[in-house]
Amino acid sequence: MQMTDSRTIAATPEEVWAAILDPEVLKQCVPGCTEMSGSAEEGFEATVVQKVGPVKATFQGTVVLSDMVPGESLTLTGEGKGGAAGFAKGGADVKLKAVEGGTELHYDVEAKVGGKLAQLGSRIIDGFAKKMADQFFTNFQSVVEGPQDAEGDAPDEGGDGEGKKKGWFKKLVS
Amino acid sequence: MPKDHGIGASQKRREDVRFLTGAGNYTDDINVHGQAYVHFLRSDMAHGKINSIDTSAAEGMPGVVRIFTGKDFEGVGGLPCGWQVTDKNGDPMKEPPHPVLAQGKVRHVGDPIAAVVADSLEQARTAAEAIVVDIEELPAVVDMAKALQSGATKVHDDLADNLCYDWQFGTDTATTDAAFKNAAHVTTLELVNNRLVANPMEPRVAVGDYSRANDEHTLYTTSQNPHVIRLLMGAFVLGIPEHKLRVVAPDVGGGFGTKIFHYAEEAFCTFAAKACNRPVKWTSTRSEAFMSDAHGRDHVTKIELALDADNNFLAVRTDTLANMGAYLSTFSSSVPTWLHGTLMAGNYKTPAVQVNVKAVFTNTVPVDAYRGAGRPEATFQLERVIDKAARELGVDPIALRRQNFITQFPYATPVAVEYDTGDYEATMAKMEELMDIPGFAARRAESEKNGKLRGLGVNCFIEACGIAPSNLVGQLGARAGLYDAATVRVNATGSISVMVGAHSHGQGHETVFPQVVAEMLGIDESMVDIVHGDTSKIPFGMGTYGSRSLAVCGSAMVRATEKIINKAKKIAGHLLEASDSDIELKDGKFTVAGTDKSVAWGDVTLAAYVPHNYPLEEIEPGLEETAFYDPANFTYPAGAYACEVEVDPDTGKVTIEKFVSADDFGNVVNPMIVEGQVHGGIAQGIGQALLENCAYDENGQLLSASYMDYAMPRADDIPHMANYVVDHSCQTPCTHNPLGVKGCGEAGAIGSPPTVVNAVIDALHSGGHTHVNHIDMPVSPSRVWAAINGQ
Repeated sequence: MQMTDSRTIAATPEEVWAAILDPEVLKQCVPGCTEMSGSAEEGFEATVVQKVGPVKATFQGTVVLSDMVPGESLTLTGEGKGGAAGFAKGGADVKLKAVEGGTELHYDVEAKVGGKLAQLGSRIIDGFAKKMADQFFTNFQSVVEGPQDAEGDAPDEGGDGEGKKKGWFKKLVS
Repeated sequence: MPKDHGIGASQKRREDVRFLTGAGNYTDDINVHGQAYVHFLRSDMAHGKINSIDTSAAEGMPGVVRIFTGKDFEGVGGLPCGWQVTDKNGDPMKEPPHPVLAQGKVRHVGDPIAAVVADSLEQARTAAEAIVVDIEELPAVVDMAKALQSGATKVHDDLADNLCYDWQFGTDTATTDAAFKNAAHVTTLELVNNRLVANPMEPRVAVGDYSRANDEHTLYTTSQNPHVIRLLMGAFVLGIPEHKLRVVAPDVGGGFGTKIFHYAEEAFCTFAAKACNRPVKWTSTRSEAFMSDAHGRDHVTKIELALDADNNFLAVRTDTLANMGAYLSTFSSSVPTWLHGTLMAGNYKTPAVQVNVKAVFTNTVPVDAYRGAGRPEATFQLERVIDKAARELGVDPIALRRQNFITQFPYATPVAVEYDTGDYEATMAKMEELMDIPGFAARRAESEKNGKLRGLGVNCFIEACGIAPSNLVGQLGARAGLYDAATVRVNATGSISVMVGAHSHGQGHETVFPQVVAEMLGIDESMVDIVHGDTSKIPFGMGTYGSRSLAVCGSAMVRATEKIINKAKKIAGHLLEASDSDIELKDGKFTVAGTDKSVAWGDVTLAAYVPHNYPLEEIEPGLEETAFYDPANFTYPAGAYACEVEVDPDTGKVTIEKFVSADDFGNVVNPMIVEGQVHGGIAQGIGQALLENCAYDENGQLLSASYMDYAMPRADDIPHMANYVVDHSCQTPCTHNPLGVKGCGEAGAIGSPPTVVNAVIDALHSGGHTHVNHIDMPVSPSRVWAAINGQ
């Protein structure tokens, strides 16, 4: 599946660029991420717990950054193996552009799944991937911009999905 | 008065007592002391190069007995294909190796990479998660046309391309072309015969056992033909001689063709039981079944029908791509060729018939026989193109068919087979009567009042069953004989065990076969039992498929029973001091013709085993006879089917309001069982027509691998029983087998899909949607809606 979207982040392109390269930021942004290590130069290793329809699995994955033009664009390529659940892989072409009020972050995402994920979840995988991408970039926006109000939680370190969801939801309706 | 016993009686199925009370003995019910469990690590990629498999971490995990990979099977054979097809240039088909566990590459989602044997299934599964497999993903080929393009990724690197064979059959090209050139009208149709998954209620299971004490292997398996498995696995895969290998197929919960074939898991469990010196058990999950059971159908066809100015059929020409999947399953190569091409004449006296089939390798699960096997594919395309021709010509589809019927028998078709007997006019007339064709207009008007479109679809079919003379199939490339065998063992007190090579997995053999023997001997059916499904108990058998059990194995049983009668008459003649030529057997009594001197069945059988007063100098004691029967020809069941559908034009939803089948199965032994077989077959055909579809994405990922996405027919998808009429009163007995039977197991699945689609097209045309000439199966609401709305 493929999807394209963009959002404006209240920060300079340089700040956004630095955040993308920071494993701590990525860990906070990848939905369900419990571990993230590595570096922008050598690639990141990640552990992500996710539930797709009836299939719940722990994915061991890698994320590689390439085609890096500092402050302008880069490509993220990721692949996660979920054991008996199958695999997911995908990529995002990210472009940054300075606009009034901050930086416009534009992304083209492509995602593929295989094994049990495809066999059991094919009907819901497009919606799931879209939700994952939306969540990632929403999280990213929030982390870069910082809390919007007193109660706006920064994503908690433990990757507690439920807590996070509430935090983002509050922000959306506030 | 209907008969209440013997041939022609609707005896209730005796096997249902155990099936309906949970007392069946299925393979998964078999547990051998000390057994370990195997879990197969299967590929989640459609195509990839195996760089490495690291089992070291998994090997140390709790309960792990041993982990196997393709390396462990380098010394044994691959899974064989049982039918060699010769292509149109005289070359043999391409036959790539089919390893038990993947070697070098994985070629479809579900291809087994490694097998973990452990004390418990949970331990095996857990350890499998710790196996580190490095597979380099390769582009996958899924679409057959793309797979044949030059430069396409090759499923098998050692082959020149993805073409298994290019087969041509029937009338020569010059004659066929001339017929089309001279035609007044040509109708062309392109269609897809959708890929199906058989989904028997019982998933496959295998239990391997090995005795060091006497070097004997036993395999318990969910098979339709245990002797065939013994032969294929023993001779070709593992090199175990027959006398050291016992194959048992106990109660089997449905097969539909998918349990004919020899599968990797059977060979694995047999091999591993010896390697581990422990029994090894595998039980397929439903998810595994979707990606490891051979799939069915998957043909893409262009068919052309040429007619003269009087609407007589002049010629039929077909061009088909047939999906083989990633490897050749046991009988895969024969399905699109000899089981399909030979039926392309249908019920019609078309003088020229030419069939072209290209079989293609793709990165999908292997495809093989599924209920009907080749004959539904033939029937669907022929009956759809005839229906389209009738519409184009503005003639009644029933009249068009009638006009072109074969009426003289025997009839030699242009596609090699000779129909021995039939009466297609009789089944058509019976169908018209049962369907109440004259009342259709009123029923359509009623539907229209409710905003629905009503359509009537008709269809004729013929099938070739009871395959068939061994010398013929041998010439056609079969690597087996297709006879069958039976031993009739009469015990001292007169009770009888019949050891049959046919295997019963839903067909009701345990009820039907005794009806035949009891009728022949004039004794009560309760005195007769059949024994099947165990190579150590039965003489030999080619098993059950192609609606062959009664026509072939039943005939062997008749021959063996005739031998019993001959010998028993000799014994009776001795006891009655008369010539055996004067002895008559009736109602379980041997009588000297024209006298009241008689001796009972039980006295004769007792004499055979207690031969105190017995002609020992002339005949041996005991009463047991075996016969092998090799049929002289196929049998040719045929019929006329009709159905009425309602289409909701707003949603595209199709409901089947009435279904009628008028079949000619020749003689019928148990009418109730025949009706049940046809009811089930039609339901399966309705499943194919309206619901079922096995879908892959362009990367070779299997998308419909659970009942959330693969729609099986349910009770409310078939008409209410009052409108679900199956008739077999038209009977032209088979001329070449002793029972005059033809076979009924597949007819429903062959005849129903085109009937349903023809009815849907008729309904749409009645609603003014005359641009819709065809909708591919499954004719789902979305496809119907899209067709109506020109999308």
